[in-house]
Amino acid sequence: MIEPLNTLTWELDGWIIVAGVLCAVSCALLGNFLVLRRMSLLGDAVTHAVLPGLAVAFFISDSRSSVPMFLGAVIVGVLTALFTEWIRRAGSVDEGASMGVVFTSLFALGLILVVQAADHVDLDPGCVLYGAIELTPLDRLDTVFGSIPRAVVVLAVVMLVNLAFLLFFYKELKVSSFDPGLSTTMGFSSTLIHYVLMVLVAVTAVASFESVGNILVVAMFVVPPAAAFLLTDRLGRMIAISTVLAIISAVSGHIGAIAVPAGFGYRSTSTAGMMAVSAGVLLAAAALFGPRHGILVRLVRRRLLALRILCDDVCAYLFRLGERQTVDAAGAGELAANLLTGKLPLHLATTILRINGQVSRDGDSFRLTDSGRSRAQQLVRSHRLWEQYLVERAGLDQERIHDKAERLEHFTDLELRSRLDDETDRPTLDPHGAEIPDERVEAEDRGEEPAEAESQNRNDRTSDDRMRSNE
Amino acid sequence: MGLVILVLLISVASGPTAFGAEGTSTLTDRSVTWPTWSQWQRVLTFRDYNSRVVILGTAVLGCAGGLVGSFTLLRGRALLGDAISHASLPGIALAFLIASAAGLDGKSLPTLLFGATISGLIGVAVILLIRNLTRLHEDAALGIVLSVFFGAGIALLGIVQQTQTGHAAGLEAFIYGKTASMGLADAKWIIAASGVAVTLCVLLFKEFKLLCFDESFAASRGLPVLLLDIALMSLVVAVSIVGLQAVGLVLMIALLVIPAAAARFWTQRMAPMTLIAATLGAISGIIGAAMSALFSKLPSGAMIVLVCTAFFAFSMFLGPQKGILGRTLRRLRLNRKIERQHLLRAIYETLERDASGVPDRFREFLSMQTLLPVRSWTPRQLERTIDRAQDDDLVRFRDRDQHVRLTRAGVNEAARLTRQHRLWELYLINYADIAPGRVDRDADAIEHVLEPEVVAELEDLLQHSPSRVQVPESPHRLDHGGAEATGSGAKISVDDSVSDSRETSP
Repeated sequence: MIEPLNTLTWELDGWIIVAGVLCAVSCALLGNFLVLRRMSLLGDAVTHAVLPGLAVAFFISDSRSSVPMFLGAVIVGVLTALFTEWIRRAGSVDEGASMGVVFTSLFALGLILVVQAADHVDLDPGCVLYGAIELTPLDRLDTVFGSIPRAVVVLAVVMLVNLAFLLFFYKELKVSSFDPGLSTTMGFSSTLIHYVLMVLVAVTAVASFESVGNILVVAMFVVPPAAAFLLTDRLGRMIAISTVLAIISAVSGHIGAIAVPAGFGYRSTSTAGMMAVSAGVLLAAAALFGPRHGILVRLVRRRLLALRILCDDVCAYLFRLGERQTVDAAGAGELAANLLTGKLPLHLATTILRINGQVSRDGDSFRLTDSGRSRAQQLVRSHRLWEQYLVERAGLDQERIHDKAERLEHFTDLELRSRLDDETDRPTLDPHGAEIPDERVEAEDRGEEPAEAESQNRNDRTSDDRMRSNE
Repeated sequence: MGLVILVLLISVASGPTAFGAEGTSTLTDRSVTWPTWSQWQRVLTFRDYNSRVVILGTAVLGCAGGLVGSFTLLRGRALLGDAISHASLPGIALAFLIASAAGLDGKSLPTLLFGATISGLIGVAVILLIRNLTRLHEDAALGIVLSVFFGAGIALLGIVQQTQTGHAAGLEAFIYGKTASMGLADAKWIIAASGVAVTLCVLLFKEFKLLCFDESFAASRGLPVLLLDIALMSLVVAVSIVGLQAVGLVLMIALLVIPAAAARFWTQRMAPMTLIAATLGAISGIIGAAMSALFSKLPSGAMIVLVCTAFFAFSMFLGPQKGILGRTLRRLRLNRKIERQHLLRAIYETLERDASGVPDRFREFLSMQTLLPVRSWTPRQLERTIDRAQDDDLVRFRDRDQHVRLTRAGVNEAARLTRQHRLWELYLINYADIAPGRVDRDADAIEHVLEPEVVAELEDLLQHSPSRVQVPESPHRLDHGGAEATGSGAKISVDDSVSDSRETSP
């Protein structure tokens, strides 16, 4: 599979990769703001809508030279953004719909114009839309640096313009993306910034898809910034990460276009297509393994929290058992049934508790140790203090406090408990008449760290409530 | 009702031989620019077999597109069709590759449709996963699926072209469509998928409606929201994929977006909106295809889109519900009403200051100069407002010295308005804790749109009996020029005796 890579040459593949990287970076730089402004599909709309611009430019200039074509395409690209905005405002149609109306209409108009021109010249919409990044090294331009592919020159200029725009108007872009109202009060028009951004999007889209195809444009506007958005919460970092991801996907895309089909016995395939695919792979990786917002990380964190809560519940259940009945031990079956949990999670929880020395096992039944008892005391105390607080201070109905207290108890540390205690005038009985266990001395002796509070809710109804309904 | 139409359409479509198949010359002929009368006749009476199939197919597709599109539009996912039609490409290419490798006919329509559907559904699943599991928004999810899937499709097409049976021409049709050469098989697929879509939409109308307008409410009512969402998106997949291979990518997106967006200007209600959207879609299909059949140089797909666009533009300007013209007129009318109410109240309050309750004084002449500073009127504005009020017999204008006075009806109206204004001011002072110095403006912002019932309620609230109180005294000093120009509360003295009443009616 690696073997075909030996045939890579700088003269061909090097320039293709450079063109791909330049296009990917130019698009990704602006794409960050499109993703933040929820206009991700604008790139797609613009690349479809420019067709009439190309056709009209062809009619007027009567040639296929690139300058008039470029101008025509950019003008229509900007018009797409203007029309979209106008229909959205004047007709109060939602953004996506007005974009859909505008770009399909313009594309249709363009198709009709192209068909009219078809007798005179070959202006294939397919070619316009797909571009051919593989052919970029062939169309050369003589510059002071020697013979460089034209696409590379154009894309380098576009990238520098975008970069300059970003650097000079970073603050304005940032504020107007997150809070247009604020930017207006700060003395610069968010509308103006918006339209400059639209013009640059149109210029970038046209310059890129002419040489590398519209798939790459659309993909690079959205995918690397979206992946970066999943990896960080800061705009500066998001832009930097999206640039890096854009470069990686462009390089790996070209290599993939040569290597992957070879693995199945085919020759190389579309580079632009594979660049989009590798951006997609990067995005999937970011979504799954992202350090803060990654799906897997969140999943693991939630499992761990659920386990901690189950440990809490086991202790509290055993504690309440001892409080109300003579027996103070319970079997695994009883625990599982009352805590509404499966055998496996319960087994895990009891194992953890036994390793921590909070529960001891006696045959088939579990019993709290001293340290387990104090953990349970804290929890039950939190629960009953919350119930007291909710009734006394929040004015909730006695019947409806249990679930709330059940959720809050797991996130209540010593400090919060003593505040609750003060706020409710140090009660000894909770609203249901159960005694609130005292913990102050023991806890202070051990100098326990406050438990980590996380905003995770659990809806299981357990212990106190079930006990009450059993009685 | 949609079902009845469909049954009719199917019966028409399933008997092609009965109508006889004629040549297809009108569609490929390029020399004729203006159709002859006989051509008009052929197309308009559907005598031509080919254009009959094309028109029928696009009409049904437009109908289904409008219907399904209404739901996706209201769901805030207008461009879902865009994403799905792009997402179907890798499926088409893969189906071709796999079928060819297995020794089957890779280009058979069912195979390709099957591949397209599978990959469209995977696209939908990915959109839902991104939306529900990450913090990316809907638009980014659509953009990601669209571009990555399409990229994969293009890469796969690159491989397809290398196979012996390759030459992707047949597959390219999925992207650009081949509306004009739509065959009976295509039409049948369209009718079948549209039939399923229409039936499901009718059966699940209530559920879809709830899903579109208030997802969380639907969830709280115990509806399987995710399942409904999947069902709705699957309908979009079904409609866009049959449409895609028959009419191409862009037209399919247009049929899903434009009729629904146009229908939105005509009604606020869901059922009529879906009906209007379906009708607009069908009519656009018919007109567009017919025009393309008449003028050989107009590609039918593009023509259908442009007819849709024309309907959209028409609706956007003239739609009674949200159309630009209607809204502008309504706003103009409201502005005039507000200006007139301002004029009447200005005259009334200016006279009130030195009228001391003498009824006749309210019909005295006032110079325009005394009225001008009351509000930020320009002389022209004031003159125009007075002219219009005079047309309605509320004021009399004396050209000779530019003076104006209220008529009998004008005094009544002015008293009513002033009373309404002050009731509202009292309410704001007593119940909303607005400072008396600011209350004039706050009341001004709201009084013009008050319903009579609200006024009655205000009276009850303020415990004024309507028979006794005609116009309560103003809770702040009536020093218009000064108070409004500076906007400061300091200059304004508040009379506590707001409950005092005064007989001011003529």
